[in-house]
Amino acid sequence: MNSHQTESHMHFTGDFPIIVEGVRNAFGEHVIHDNLSLTVRRGEIIGVVGGSGTGKSVLMRSIIGLQVPTEGEITVLGQSITDARDDDDIDIRSRWGVLFQGGALFSTLTVAENVEVPLKEFYPEISAELRHEIARFKVMLSGLPPEAAAKYPSELSGGMRKRAGLARALALDPELLFLDEPTAGLDPIGAAAFDALTKELQDTLGLTVFLITHDLDTLHEICDRVAVIADRQVIAVGTIPELLALDHPWIQEYFNGPRGRAADAAQHRAKAIDKSDGQGA
Amino acid sequence: MTAVMREWADFTEQTDESGGLTIAFSGPLVVATAGPLDRRLRALAAPVVRIDLTAVPEIDTVGAWIVWRLIRDHDAELTGASEEAERLIATVQRGPSDIPIAPERLPMLERVPEATGGFVFALARGTVGILGFVGAMLVAMGNLIRNPSTFRIKALVRQMELVGVNALGIIGLMSFLIGIVIAQQGAEQLRQFGAEIYTVNLTGRLSLRELGILMTAIMVAGRSGSAFAAQIGTMKLTEEVDAMRTIGVSPMEALVIPRVLAAVLVMPLLGFYAALMSILGGAFISTLTLEIPFFTFLARIQEVVPMHDLWVGLIKAPVFGLIVALTGCYQGMQVAGNSEEVGLRTTIAVVQAIFTVIVLDAFFAVFFSEVGWG
Repeated sequence: MNSHQTESHMHFTGDFPIIVEGVRNAFGEHVIHDNLSLTVRRGEIIGVVGGSGTGKSVLMRSIIGLQVPTEGEITVLGQSITDARDDDDIDIRSRWGVLFQGGALFSTLTVAENVEVPLKEFYPEISAELRHEIARFKVMLSGLPPEAAAKYPSELSGGMRKRAGLARALALDPELLFLDEPTAGLDPIGAAAFDALTKELQDTLGLTVFLITHDLDTLHEICDRVAVIADRQVIAVGTIPELLALDHPWIQEYFNGPRGRAADAAQHRAKAIDKSDGQGA
Repeated sequence: MTAVMREWADFTEQTDESGGLTIAFSGPLVVATAGPLDRRLRALAAPVVRIDLTAVPEIDTVGAWIVWRLIRDHDAELTGASEEAERLIATVQRGPSDIPIAPERLPMLERVPEATGGFVFALARGTVGILGFVGAMLVAMGNLIRNPSTFRIKALVRQMELVGVNALGIIGLMSFLIGIVIAQQGAEQLRQFGAEIYTVNLTGRLSLRELGILMTAIMVAGRSGSAFAAQIGTMKLTEEVDAMRTIGVSPMEALVIPRVLAAVLVMPLLGFYAALMSILGGAFISTLTLEIPFFTFLARIQEVVPMHDLWVGLIKAPVFGLIVALTGCYQGMQVAGNSEEVGLRTTIAVVQAIFTVIVLDAFFAVFFSEVGWG
């Protein structure tokens, strides 16, 4: 019996698809997280920020079961990740999609074939014809030009590779989407387009998005809430105004530094233009 | 694990007076449930005039795509769609549906000649490429001789350790065993003529002239030639080689020359060591089975093995080292594109190195016989 054939099409109806409680991650002597807790609400885009090396990616890897924390409890879509004895125990993999920092596309497959891999793995009963069709519209959905479908990852630019990674992450219509620095290394136009795409997909597909980023524009533009990691813990979660009301030096410096102010100003300008246009672009 | 069978999405057909079909879907229409239903929908012969989604509690983009395909192909009318279903259907219909998903494969009649032609050109390019590589290396060597201070002595020592010192264990064991096999099998045949004592000649001459060096070269190709190709190949992929160039460090001087030089310097030592171990193996088995005492065996070696056998081995060794290191580094430098290429180039490096070494060994054998070192 195929272990994937569970009732995996049932949607998660709880309020908190991701619950992280008291997690500790350490590499040898080096403690990354200590008693870290975070709760993600259904349907939100949560931005995770923190200085380099504070363990944002490690947190994401812990949540998706790639890194086993030494202590603590992680529950995703109602299933415990930390209790899983091995990889096969986590049978909710078909319900999340992950975009790794570099795209992590399979280099020997074309973009469309990359999208087909999870479909083949989880739903072998889908005919090749339908699978090709699905791959095609996912490629379009992720904003790639049609001709990119037949290209190999090495033939794509960095931005296109991220979009291709997103197409693969969306292959199974997941409920949860993990994005690890999706706009890093993209030009401002590409980054803004990627932000818009994330927002649009979240709206149309009803996704919950866990977004690691350094991009202040992304935070202002699309994140419903922002979680700040510092001192080995999530020190605050909230909207940007809520975070600013806290008097934490790192948060103040992060959002009120020169770049933070610029992003904030851009946000205000955009809102002003939206208002004067009546309905926005 | 409890595996619950899935509840597949389903549909019913209803024919109206004019022969048109009404398709009423039921159950969740999502990626996990839509597989079997898709085949039946494709087999529908009659035109679909109406699609009813009233009994669909849940839909995703795959379900939306299937519905949209029906609408598009049959010009059908959609009823009972939830707001979510309409939104998703609007989302999936943006793209063209006939774009290729993989580069086109030519028909066999064209593909085979094309592949053959490509192979011939690749062969020609490879030959030119390796000549160019040797040339570039010689130029870099020339630069080093003019500015000896830029020579990376540390890298050289490190590579000599990796290629030489770290290989002592495995090469020693391998040679010792080969010595045992030669002596034991040789004695078996020579016994038929009552000439068992010639086992000493056989083991000594074969070890020093041929097998010690040849087996060492093969071992070094497998251990170090592959490592060179994989290391340099990975550095190419991660743009380390490009970074070196921009800083003004020549990859030839920093990567290739230390490796090639290390292999050239270490190979004679390793080969000589392998020959000695092989003779020891022969002596060991002779003591046990041929009743030739250990030290008598060694003393006989001195009498029956001419000095030029040693020279033959020692002359071949650096040449083999050069070939192994050169193919490894060259193939590593050719890596471009993806990780599969690293594996491919590493394999090519080892196969080419071993093949070339054996071919050259045959030439050497004939050459040394002709010049009287037979």
